Amino acid sequence: MAHSSTAHAHEHAHDHGPQGILKYIWSTDHKIIGMQYMFTGMFMALIGGFMAYTFRMQLAFPGADIPLFGVVSPGEYNALVTNHGSIMIFWVAMPVLIAAFGNYLIPLMIGADDMVFPRLNRLSYQIFLLSAILIIASQFVPGGGFGGAWTSYPPLSANPAYNLTGLGATMWLLAVALEFVAFLLGGINFIVTLMNARAPGMRAYDIPIVVWMIVIASILFMLSVGPLMAGAVMLLFDQTLGTGFFDPGTGGDPILWQHLFWFFGHPEVYVVLLPALGFVAEIITVFSRKKLFGYKTVLYTAVATAILSFFVWAHHQFVAGIDPRMANVFTVTTLLISIPIAEVLFVIIATLYRGSITLTVPMLWALAFVAEFLIGGVTGIFLGASGADIYFHDTYFVLAHFHYTFFPIAIIGTFAAVTMWFPKMFGRMMNEKLGRIHFWLTVTAFNFIFIPLFILGTAGQHRRIYDYNHFPQLATEGLQDLRIVATTATVVLLLSQVLFLFNFFHSLFKGEKAPDNPWKSNTLEWTTSSPPPHGNWPPDAMPNVYRGPYEYSVEGREDDYWPQNQPA
Amino acid sequence: MTEGQVVELRPAPVARPKIMPDGVMGMLIFVFTEVMFFAGFISAFSVVRARADGVWPPPGQPTLPFEQTAMNTTLLLASGAVTWSAWLAWRRQTGKAATRLLVAIVLGAGFVALQGREWVALLAQGLTLTSSSLGSFFYVIVGAHGLHALAAISALAWSWVKLRKGELPASAFATVQVFWYFVVLIWPFIYFQVYR
Repeated sequence: MAHSSTAHAHEHAHDHGPQGILKYIWSTDHKIIGMQYMFTGMFMALIGGFMAYTFRMQLAFPGADIPLFGVVSPGEYNALVTNHGSIMIFWVAMPVLIAAFGNYLIPLMIGADDMVFPRLNRLSYQIFLLSAILIIASQFVPGGGFGGAWTSYPPLSANPAYNLTGLGATMWLLAVALEFVAFLLGGINFIVTLMNARAPGMRAYDIPIVVWMIVIASILFMLSVGPLMAGAVMLLFDQTLGTGFFDPGTGGDPILWQHLFWFFGHPEVYVVLLPALGFVAEIITVFSRKKLFGYKTVLYTAVATAILSFFVWAHHQFVAGIDPRMANVFTVTTLLISIPIAEVLFVIIATLYRGSITLTVPMLWALAFVAEFLIGGVTGIFLGASGADIYFHDTYFVLAHFHYTFFPIAIIGTFAAVTMWFPKMFGRMMNEKLGRIHFWLTVTAFNFIFIPLFILGTAGQHRRIYDYNHFPQLATEGLQDLRIVATTATVVLLLSQVLFLFNFFHSLFKGEKAPDNPWKSNTLEWTTSSPPPHGNWPPDAMPNVYRGPYEYSVEGREDDYWPQNQPA
Repeated sequence: MTEGQVVELRPAPVARPKIMPDGVMGMLIFVFTEVMFFAGFISAFSVVRARADGVWPPPGQPTLPFEQTAMNTTLLLASGAVTWSAWLAWRRQTGKAATRLLVAIVLGAGFVALQGREWVALLAQGLTLTSSSLGSFFYVIVGAHGLHALAAISALAWSWVKLRKGELPASAFATVQVFWYFVVLIWPFIYFQVYR
């Protein structure tokens, strides 16, 4: 299946690759690699979810013998919350949103036969898999998994005498660093592929918005990860070789790590947000049967967000002893960044306006994203303002806020994308009825977890506390009831994922056969068969592009859609 | 139905030329990440030095040999310039490319060797990885640069072997050069920020 159509003069020759089961684990096909990332991410989500279950149970029923786990010790509690956060961000949100869908969608949506560096792509997944194995293994070493919180602040993280998880801390750090290397390789691939491998006729403004979003997110990742890598090397040396980069005793500075971490950590929020916004924009357009309102506005807004996100990081450090004048500057930049994001939400609403809306399962998820993410965004205003943040800092208000951003991004965004592109990936339709039940259960349970946590946070409940019985003013019955509500909703949320898994795997084998273009969408991935062959299109029938991706309901046409590859 | 929508008439699609070879573009993106990596180190170092309130180097620690390292710096910059001239010679097919590339490799290796000699001297003067924050930063930053230099010199050596066999693709040579110029050009920043 060597291809290189006239349009795609690739320098490399594809290796045919091994056959049989090895075809799936040693493949260089971008679709297979995308699915490897997706399945690994789903598996890690189960682990991260189980961790959430264990520590939520401990908070609602302190000291209880938790089914499937046992009694949570204080050390285990620290390890569970730390690894829940790390896994959900680095091993679920990143691989699924960017790596899985970036790999799967970019070549298909721009009409390329594969990524420009297929073997680099395979290496990227293999390094990622290694990092996932390392983080799981770190849970079982002497001392247990790392318990210094996912932000890994020194001196707690730098010295085994403080965190009591010496080996776990080092393995955590190495796993995170390896994971970054994997995404570095993947991101280079995405950017070069978009720039150099587009179908003939596809101009900059003909590129589907989700592809732009994933690529802008990759650029953002590339530019922000360097300082954290430098910080990781320094922290690793502090942990293992006895240097004192972050130790005030030897002239080092613990706040330095916070700067290096959040210089990456805040852009990271937008690294995962932009792809999710891209999925939502695609889905809303397809199921409103209308042109995306303000394509260029969305694109430029994403670029503006990416640039601004480099100048907001210190809003995580308002109470870390930074100069109050600096805090003022970062308050302003932080509030500014809500403008472009609000703009994108308005664009989405304007796209819905007077559209002919179909409430399919992906559309439900996309609409839920807008509603839930809005709450996350609005509560962020309180925390971005340094005055209010001094009260809210390190309370459950912060925790609920970022779960109202990350859950819509990583979970709702992923479900939107999976239900949208499942027919293309596996050539089968998912069950709509099960999909709807799963949707309502998940979204309802999610709100029942985190609205109580907003209330608890406003009441002053501090984060990272093992047992609130030690704090009489926080151990009241009213507050404990709220904790039990949140924990019950967590269990419901996790159990309802069984429905999704059943629907996913049942549809995978037994679902109704999917047509090539079940949603009557315009973008190129729907012009090939479901699932697409190796090379995506037959070598002699690679697509040409004649128009933008959102020509829905064009006047004077019989169909209400107009695929990008149809000649006028 | 979108009102007032104008359907644009376009010429037939044609295949576009690539903006630049895939490898060169990929390497450029990687280099941007690397620049940020070193920027992280150097800014961290500047912060720690600024907090020392003028007591620098830390008590009991040697001053870094700024003047002597000018020699190493010159070798490295010369190697970058000779690499460029090798590329020009290769493009014009003058037959001098292989020799010039070899000179560039020797100059680059000379830089690494002199840096190594400097490390040995500094270690003897009591500057170690754990002796002070100066020592920690010095060995980590300069060591990271040295590892990059070794990787780039290996890539140049590979290019030289391929070039002599006449099997070196232009895009591969250009990609290797992008990385080498990064290693060369980041060094003056490290030199002026760390040694002074």
